[in-house]
Amino acid sequence: MTRRRILLSVLALIIAVGGTLAFKMFRPAPTGTDFARTRATANGLYTVAIAPEKEPFVRDALHSWIVTVKNKTGSPVEKATIDVGGGMPQHGHGLPTAPKMTAELGQGRYRVEGVKFSMFGWWEFSFAIKAPPGNDTVVFNLKL
Amino acid sequence: MMLKVSTALVRSSMVALVALMMGACDRSPLTTEESAVVATLALGALPALPSDPSNIYADNKDVAAFGKKLFGDTRLSLNGKVACATCHLPERQFQDDKPLAVAVGTGVRRTMPLAGVAWGPWFFWDGRKDSQWSQALGPLEDQVEHGSDRTTLVFTIATHYRQTYETLFGPLTDLPAVAVAASPVGTIAARRAWDALTPAERTAINRGFANIGKAIAAHGRTLKPEMTRFDRFAASHAQGNSAPDNARFTQQEIAGLKLFLGKGSCTNCHSGPRLTDDHFHNTGMPAVPGLPPDGGRATVLKAIGADPFNCLGAFSDATPDQCGELRFMSQDRHALTRAYKPPSLRRVSSRPPYMHAGQFPTLDAVIAHYASAPRAPAGHSELKPLDLSDQDRQALVAFLKTLEP
Ligand code: HEC
Ligand code: HEC
Repeated sequence: MTRRRILLSVLALIIAVGGTLAFKMFRPAPTGTDFARTRATANGLYTVAIAPEKEPFVRDALHSWIVTVKNKTGSPVEKATIDVGGGMPQHGHGLPTAPKMTAELGQGRYRVEGVKFSMFGWWEFSFAIKAPPGNDTVVFNLKL
Repeated sequence: MMLKVSTALVRSSMVALVALMMGACDRSPLTTEESAVVATLALGALPALPSDPSNIYADNKDVAAFGKKLFGDTRLSLNGKVACATCHLPERQFQDDKPLAVAVGTGVRRTMPLAGVAWGPWFFWDGRKDSQWSQALGPLEDQVEHGSDRTTLVFTIATHYRQTYETLFGPLTDLPAVAVAASPVGTIAARRAWDALTPAERTAINRGFANIGKAIAAHGRTLKPEMTRFDRFAASHAQGNSAPDNARFTQQEIAGLKLFLGKGSCTNCHSGPRLTDDHFHNTGMPAVPGLPPDGGRATVLKAIGADPFNCLGAFSDATPDQCGELRFMSQDRHALTRAYKPPSLRRVSSRPPYMHAGQFPTLDAVIAHYASAPRAPAGHSELKPLDLSDQDRQALVAFLKTLEP
């Protein structure tokens, strides 16, 4: 064994240990995860955009999001009802609260209240949309 | 010769490795990411005490002083021997060092420490109360705690504290002509007596009862978390200063902190400056033989919604839009089976035993549980087994001990 090789293996060890620790601490979402806040629904019926009602929002306190729903031609979808879900795929648990759509604000905009993200990390935030054009779902990824 | 050189080389590179780690400790023992999380756990990150819109007296100093008296007053109990302070001993972090609380009878859960609880939205291990004032009403009518009933309690206040009470809350009127033991949740006799009261009398009793809770809660809100060695470490670490003696961490404590943040995933649930996320988790706690089955939060979901003393009830001072935690609470019975609130880990090492029914006598036993992550007796544990060496376990315990003044 050369001195170089020993030093290299020691270095490799440090990197390996450090790397695993960092990985364990903030397990990132799988590479290629799309964090866009505007997405098409699963069956392509709608384009949905989400934004916190107030920026910056406090992750671990109750807050609201505005969900904007448009149809294929880009016009706002009225009279939708939206069910909200989500969770942390890496921890196998859902949202800590049960957010609900509480108001239709016009121009395809809906208020979702009661949102809270109790941990740092990768969250899924999902919406099931029921509206005259049909039912469809969309899942967003958030990095908090 | 060759061998000698190699050993020497190995030894010198080991020395270099250790020096590198120690050097790192003198400058920054933590990575940037770790430092960022440490800052969120330190007392300095504690926000101002959140207001309690359901209790207009929450921050009234005179009401708090009255509440402090009630907290220690044994005349509020059936046998004249039990006060809140019987189980929540002020000199013992407001808990009693027992696996299960003992008063008029023996309870089914461990007494919780009280410092900083006002920052959380839910009270009790299963969070069956959504305000501190409504929480305080529970033990007063609990048959194994104070063992009293709301009508007797309001009469007790009228006898011993009428003037103080009326100055703070207004006249105590519409009480029944004579004191009776009456409550909608008590013994059969107490429930019959309650049914015999007029609606005006019931409302007057309920209002007086709620105000007792509001006074005790105003006192409860003054119990704040204390500065610990960990906070001093975090503060000097954040400023990049070389730590003063009382803030310095040993190698083992640093290692424990890193495990807490990293491999242990402890901050998944023990987050924020109170080291709790205030939500409910099944951590596979063993059931205690001899105790009735305990379903945790799943079994209290209905009761929370139906509680006349909740945030949306007639005795709450909040408007419905201020009751978000209640209106948007999770109803997921499956996920909430045997789910409990993580207590604050501040000062945890000096108040064994641990967990909702005192399941573990020591922190070593707690860590062993997290390492093995056993199946839950009901529902599903969120824990995954951890590969922790003896050294790792000792380091985690050493870190938990830094959460002391
Ligand atoms: C018999 C002992 C006993 C008495 C008396 C008692 N407590 Fe408790 N306290 C407990 C136990 C046990 C728990 C946890 C109970 C549970 O989760 O079911 C608890 C929980 C609490 C909590 C919840 C803390 C948290 O983090 O959620 C508060 C606040 C509290 N008690 C305040 C009081 C007040 C105020 C009184 C007097 C009105 C009182 N207690 C009387 C034993 C007692
Ligand atoms: C999945 C969430 C979760 C994780 C991860 C977690 N805890 Fe806990 N912790 C809890 C809950 C919930 C309780 C209370 C459980 C009960 O009594 O049923 C608790 C209780 C404790 C207690 C006892 C406190 C007391 O007063 O009884 C200690 C100590 C503790 N945890 C330390 C740790 C450490 C160290 C780690 C990392 C190895 C950790 N926890 C990881 C949720 C978690």
